[in-house]
Amino acid sequence: MAGQFEPVPGGGAAVALDEVEISILRSLAVQLLELIGPGPGGADGAEDPLADLFAEGPSEPPTDPVLQRLFPDAYGDPEAVPDDQLKEYSAEFRRFTENDLRAGKRENALAMVRSLDVLTAGGDTDAVLKLSVDESRQWLGSLNDLRLALAARLDVIADEDTDLLYRLPDSDPRKPMVMAYLWLGGLQETLVETLMA
Amino acid sequence: MGQVSVAPDVSPVEVKPESVEEVSAVTEPDVPWVTIVHNDPVNLMSYVTYVFQTYFGYSKDKAHKLMLDVHHKGRAVVSSGTREEMERDVQAMHGYGLWATMSQDRT
Repeated sequence: MAGQFEPVPGGGAAVALDEVEISILRSLAVQLLELIGPGPGGADGAEDPLADLFAEGPSEPPTDPVLQRLFPDAYGDPEAVPDDQLKEYSAEFRRFTENDLRAGKRENALAMVRSLDVLTAGGDTDAVLKLSVDESRQWLGSLNDLRLALAARLDVIADEDTDLLYRLPDSDPRKPMVMAYLWLGGLQETLVETLMA
Repeated sequence: MGQVSVAPDVSPVEVKPESVEEVSAVTEPDVPWVTIVHNDPVNLMSYVTYVFQTYFGYSKDKAHKLMLDVHHKGRAVVSSGTREEMERDVQAMHGYGLWATMSQDRT
């Protein structure tokens, strides 16, 4: 899958996507949305916006490795065990920021789903996804979140782990996820280039 | 292409503690705080440079140099200021998916 964004004259970016690619991107974005969760008030639409504004986030780090990577502790050396005071600082930071951070990541993933939903590709015909500069920024954030999520699932912790991914045999059960991870990397790399031009 | 899933095998259970403790005041108010970005194998070098330029407004050269520091030294101080300012920066970095922490600069 050779997905590459190209700059659009006058601003924005475009990429050709086939049916399978659209479906993989959409499915990954929806799974990320499910993992991030609906936020305070839930998904029932009956929430009080003012209560949401003042709702506190969690104090404890998430248990899921993907969410741990998306919402890391703000205090303490990652290679050292934090003392009680640093843990307390991190907990306080989490209470006041995690809901907003989740909302931002949710918005980006939703933007991705929305722009995929208006695409129609079928048979031999690729659809051309066109993004405005603002949409490009949202896609950039979401592509990064998806890569962080896949990497956490694949236990990519050190730079050497990425090298190993390139050498996985086709028979390895992780191969499809690795292919998706590398493909998303290409999309993100070419999208960021359009924004820095 | 086979099935690709980022979903966990089991639903995560997040425990929300009942008590909200008071956080004690910072002991050294005159010492500035710093935001530190840590290396990770996922974030693209171009993306990290883009974030430093976009969020901090750093020049391309400064953003690129900081990115290389993160990549080669494992971490780099990307901003300094009051504790509140650094909390804003760390939150922004987490929003971009960069792995950032803050600490009081005692060096």
